[in-house]
Amino acid sequence: MKSNRRKFIKFAGLAALGWSICPSLAGAGPSRYKRIEEGLRAERWAMAIDTTKLTQEVMERAIAACHELHNVPRIESDKNIKWIWVETFYNLIYDQSHPYLQERQLPVLTLCNHCDNPPCVRVCPTKATFSREDGIVLMDFHRCIGCRFCMAGCPFGARSFNYYDPKLFLDEDEINRDFPTRDMGVVEKCEFCAHLLDQGQRPACVEAAEGVLFFGDVRDPESEVRQVLGERYSLVRKPKLGTEPQVYYLI
Amino acid sequence: MLEKAIQGSALYWIWLLVLLAVIGVGFFAYLTQLDQGLSVTGLNRDVSWGFYIAQFTFLVGVAASAVMMVIPKYLHNHKAFARMLILGEFLAVAAVIMCLLFIIVDLGQPQRLFNVVLYPTPSSILFWDMVVLNGYLFLNIFVGWVTLQAERKRVGPPRWIIPFIYISIPWAISIHTVTAFLYAGLPGRDFWLTAVLAPSFLASAFAAGPALLILLAYAIKIFAKWDPGKEAIQSLAKVVIYAMLAHLFIIACKVFTAAYSMVPDKLEHYKYLYFGLEGHTMLATFSWVAISAGVIAVITLLFPKNRQADNILAFSMILVLMSTWIDKGLGLITAGFIPTPLHHIATYIPTQTELLITLGIWATGFLIITVLYKVGIGVRKEIESG
Repeated sequence: MKSNRRKFIKFAGLAALGWSICPSLAGAGPSRYKRIEEGLRAERWAMAIDTTKLTQEVMERAIAACHELHNVPRIESDKNIKWIWVETFYNLIYDQSHPYLQERQLPVLTLCNHCDNPPCVRVCPTKATFSREDGIVLMDFHRCIGCRFCMAGCPFGARSFNYYDPKLFLDEDEINRDFPTRDMGVVEKCEFCAHLLDQGQRPACVEAAEGVLFFGDVRDPESEVRQVLGERYSLVRKPKLGTEPQVYYLI
Repeated sequence: MLEKAIQGSALYWIWLLVLLAVIGVGFFAYLTQLDQGLSVTGLNRDVSWGFYIAQFTFLVGVAASAVMMVIPKYLHNHKAFARMLILGEFLAVAAVIMCLLFIIVDLGQPQRLFNVVLYPTPSSILFWDMVVLNGYLFLNIFVGWVTLQAERKRVGPPRWIIPFIYISIPWAISIHTVTAFLYAGLPGRDFWLTAVLAPSFLASAFAAGPALLILLAYAIKIFAKWDPGKEAIQSLAKVVIYAMLAHLFIIACKVFTAAYSMVPDKLEHYKYLYFGLEGHTMLATFSWVAISAGVIAVITLLFPKNRQADNILAFSMILVLMSTWIDKGLGLITAGFIPTPLHHIATYIPTQTELLITLGIWATGFLIITVLYKVGIGVRKEIESG
């Protein structure tokens, strides 16, 4: 074959094209993502919080475990970040309270409800927040454009926005390298420790609160969370909105 | 036609320079925001939308209101609007561009803006808002430019442009409807969760847009020495009155529903808006200014004599703009977030940086209006001088 400049350029061009397409073709597809076999599985993850056993100490331990694990910055202003925090029973469940309720001022843990019908997922314009098959509502911190539509959409105030660069509020030595820190300008929230579940461990707050938080597959009649829901009276927040919260409060 | 934009008097160039200076200040403020994030704003965990989104909402209305001239002109052959229509269309262009800018400065990660296109999500109203706003921008530039060019050549608009003009009518309604749906479809935000939100948006928009247009018409009369015509202005004034009455009526309906039913989830927001809660009464002051300005403007304008007096009409239009701007630009967003879903009373006051960026975007809008109007009026003058 006679080679000339024209042929060489053609060939080089085709090769460059092929090289640019092929790696992405070879790399894509299901083979790239492996399911971790030892992960915990459920049809529908849910949590039940025993409000009668929530002491100050237990709640602080749960919050610390969560916020340390997920590199949640400690910002002391109204631009703060919270994944799990304390509110009074009345603030959480005011639509099912009355003035003479004893538990009105009872401090209670609260977090993302991982709704079955989550409005935050519906309103997100980029699918940066999405529901997993097992019901966990997750965030893709790298896709989020920071429009904060999900914060307006959430009827539970579960979402926080990184008004600041969170790294400014994190101690370099205390950063957990197993979980990403976030960029400025994205939304974040509780993830039911999906990354721990996938490694066969239970959520950090559940472990830290020892027996006060029940966690499991709510569709499985044998699960711990389902058992306790069957035995005791429980409430969810704002049931009339139809978001179907999966965090239950045991009374 | 664009060459007309670079042939102007000293005053024209000074005005452009002033606007550019304001844009420059706004731009530097935005650089600070890019560097330090939205922490430079007064926004917080509870009031997560504020001044930017409010301006956006107000301006979508201004943009949509061009339809209040398109309908009489093209559906009812109301000739008085023929000369002035181009001003309405160009105002819409400037308003939509401001809307898009306000969305961009509100984003935490503006460089990821195109994720909305890369991962299109039809379940999100924001996706549809992007579609209708950009479509409306295109329609107005296209229709405005083609009809103006035809006029310059002293021929009627080409027939193929007519479908675009007709499409622009429902499209105008759609931009403000979809914008209202951003809010009206959110569970748990009872202030916005009402079927009447989109109609109320349209009513206040059809008051605010034509009011701004009337004021611009007066400015043009003074500075560009071109009279859009008394009849056009009077027709617009009537649109403003009807729309303002509808707007005030809908406010009354919303307040009644909340106040008489006494359902706390709704009532609390109105208490905050009009009286303040836990000592936060600043917004309430503004709300009463808005109501008073609106009522005074309507009462004044109901008398034909007042309407026909240029200075009274102009003053009333300022009142209408003030009223509608406070309603959407201050009250709507903040009162929707307070009380919070956890029944706390949060606060939100825009910061200086936020105000400078906002001012910069408004200046950008006025720059676009000035240049487009220079072209439009230049062509008009050329035709009318023979």
